[in-house]
Amino acid sequence: MATVPTTGTTFCGSALRKPYVCAKFPFRFHPFSSYSSKPTAVSCTIADRALRMDNGSSNSTLLQRPDSFGRFGKFGGKYVPETLMHALSELESAFHSLASDHDFQKELNAILKDYVGRESPLYFAERLTEHYKRPNGEGPHIYLKREDLNHTGAHKINNAVGQALLAKRLGKNRIIAETGAGQHGVATATVCARFGLQCVIYMGAQDMERQALNVFRMRLLGAEVRAVHAGTATLKDATSEAIRDWVTNVETTHYILGSVAGPHPYPMMVREFHAVIGKETRKQALEKWGGKPDVLVACVGGGSNAMGLFHEFVDDRDVRMIGVEAAGFGLDSGKHAATLTKGEVGVLHGAMSYLLQDEDGQIIEPHSISAGLDYPGVGPEHSYLKDSGRAEYYNVTDEEALEAFKRLSRLEGIIPALETSHAVAYLEQLCPTLPNGTKVVLNCSGRGDKDVHTAIKHLQI
Amino acid sequence: MLSSSEQGNTINTTGRGGSTTNLPAYAVFIPIPQAKRKHFSPMDVALKSPATSFFQLNKKPDTRSFIRFPCHRLAVPSTRFTPMAAVSTTQTVGLSETFTRLKKQGKVAFIPYITAGDPDLSTTAEALKVLDSCGSDIIELGAPYSDPLADGPVIQAAATRSLARGTNFNAIISMLKEVVPQLSCPLALFSYYNPILKRGVKKFMYTVKEVGVHGLVVPDVPLEETELLRKEAAENGIELVLLTTPTTPTARMKAIVEAAEGFVYLVSSVGVTGARTSVSDRVKTLLQDIKKASTKPVAVGFGISTPEHVKQVAGWGADGVIVGSAMVKLLAEAKSPEEGLKELESFTKSLKAALE
Repeated sequence: MATVPTTGTTFCGSALRKPYVCAKFPFRFHPFSSYSSKPTAVSCTIADRALRMDNGSSNSTLLQRPDSFGRFGKFGGKYVPETLMHALSELESAFHSLASDHDFQKELNAILKDYVGRESPLYFAERLTEHYKRPNGEGPHIYLKREDLNHTGAHKINNAVGQALLAKRLGKNRIIAETGAGQHGVATATVCARFGLQCVIYMGAQDMERQALNVFRMRLLGAEVRAVHAGTATLKDATSEAIRDWVTNVETTHYILGSVAGPHPYPMMVREFHAVIGKETRKQALEKWGGKPDVLVACVGGGSNAMGLFHEFVDDRDVRMIGVEAAGFGLDSGKHAATLTKGEVGVLHGAMSYLLQDEDGQIIEPHSISAGLDYPGVGPEHSYLKDSGRAEYYNVTDEEALEAFKRLSRLEGIIPALETSHAVAYLEQLCPTLPNGTKVVLNCSGRGDKDVHTAIKHLQI
Repeated sequence: MLSSSEQGNTINTTGRGGSTTNLPAYAVFIPIPQAKRKHFSPMDVALKSPATSFFQLNKKPDTRSFIRFPCHRLAVPSTRFTPMAAVSTTQTVGLSETFTRLKKQGKVAFIPYITAGDPDLSTTAEALKVLDSCGSDIIELGAPYSDPLADGPVIQAAATRSLARGTNFNAIISMLKEVVPQLSCPLALFSYYNPILKRGVKKFMYTVKEVGVHGLVVPDVPLEETELLRKEAAENGIELVLLTTPTTPTARMKAIVEAAEGFVYLVSSVGVTGARTSVSDRVKTLLQDIKKASTKPVAVGFGISTPEHVKQVAGWGADGVIVGSAMVKLLAEAKSPEEGLKELESFTKSLKAALE
């Protein structure tokens, strides 16, 4: 088994002092290439990436992601009440020590394979590709990364599983989480049932109404769902309430934050637990067409599925990265969730990042037809990638998302989540601009069964 | 003789009936005839500056209520002699100085907290005066915020109501501009970080200093992130109070205490604001630890809601006791703002009495 990285190695590799030589695996190691008795070493892959970074990544500004203070450039940090500071540094130490913990990696990989159902396929969307072929027969090739096929129907489970295991390591038997649409809540309730942990989910009272089915699911799985009536009674308020619970119960409780937002180390941790998406994609792309993706497309709410796909490729400058946010009723309507386009830099839920705020610095309630994108903030790493020009961010309206919801259903027989539909919708604008044969990988972050009630109200089928 | 300068409202009235206070050498005890006593009546403000009056913010004219609290009833209790402290053109002394003075007198500071704009800014203005006249040594005023992470249900609800009424930073500043010169004790503002950032830290500090605020508490900025705040606060003479909690390791506590200005805010329990049935006796040990590390004054807050709590915490060695949610709750649950102010007065007196 490969020896462990030197102490102080972070999952992102920024703290490595000397190059780590992965003696047994000189080539890039593919963690999920076989599920035989060969122990999969996620830590080895991470150190491998760090090695590549140390050996001259062309853009030094992207090396420290995050730095030791939890910052991505000026974004990130830990803006929380002092009561939580110790818990956050404990969490960070625990997470780093897992890099060298083979039992942990083994257990995590086994669960990802046998319980979550990884690896998820990279699927060539033949009819969607055909749809975007220009009259002369040219056009990009579109692949869908099928996170919708995971257990619970979305990418959320990757992070929930990792953090539940981490919580057990920390000896914390009580889990709390916030949820907007309910997908992260369902994923958390799922893993708590699987691991026998007490589970409390905070959900905005308004959201509970629009996602009643997910509320039922969470309760069925044994979780307690607490309605949050404070503020606007939506996701941002549920997040604030979860943080308050954590401040109060920090000694017995672990907070499974659902996205790459929040105070350090959450943006990094959640990214690392989702990074398997990008790692698999690299391997699968190599297998399928002997190269890398040219363009990555993903929807962005808090940004977890996008970071999961992007992270692996951030240092590959020839891979273009595109995030798609929700424009709701339109950018000028004031009812949208296009944080990276219309937001300003501020501090929300522990991190410095772009956020939607009014002239007084009060956080405003966003709108999107998809509850999962309905967050007034965004992960700090996305703010950094945008400002540094490494990734591009666009947005689509509710209407365009609903059209895409229908389109993917009709063309591929895949009903996407409304969140995912935003990424699918952007293909309309993207594909005409792409040269022939461009390989596009779109993160199909979730399935749309949960959204049929919403769709029924809006679509005339 | 009275030395005074008529630069707007620069004359302070002190209403500390009964207690002796160290007055500056140039102060003279002169009972001021009723007619010349400076009243603050909401009507005055509304009439003088309608364009900028914070009362204009009330979006529901039918529920607008100008509180007609004759100031003298509160500020000058008739049974006590009221010294008229003639002060220099600057207003009250700062937080640290206040603690120094109290320590010399062997006293513990009483520090109430209320949320600005709940039920409305005119009540807040009156409440500040009530708190001052009842002997508060420092007053904390909370700026309402949409996502208050450190606050429990009482203060959260107060913030939501206040924001729904249209309270904003400019309105709070307008109100403070009128009221702070009439207070004899220093004011510390309690604000979350994002509204400060939005304004610009420099501009924020300058603005609050202009209206006479002495201190600032920002509960969601940990020590590591306070550099910018501390720099701008120092440049504007604002004392930046820092918080330490029961989960803060000793080494970190020492660093926090080292950097704190004004006083050290010791959070009494692991949690958010809100009255509790008892104060954890961990506070006693924490106080001892902090005092080993520093001679800076330490005020204990979160959860303290009865005279018994106040007495207990003072007995453990605290230099100051902070009472928040209990005050906010009083004002929130009162049948009317007038009732609320009356109850606030008697509650404050009972808490203050526990420190005698």
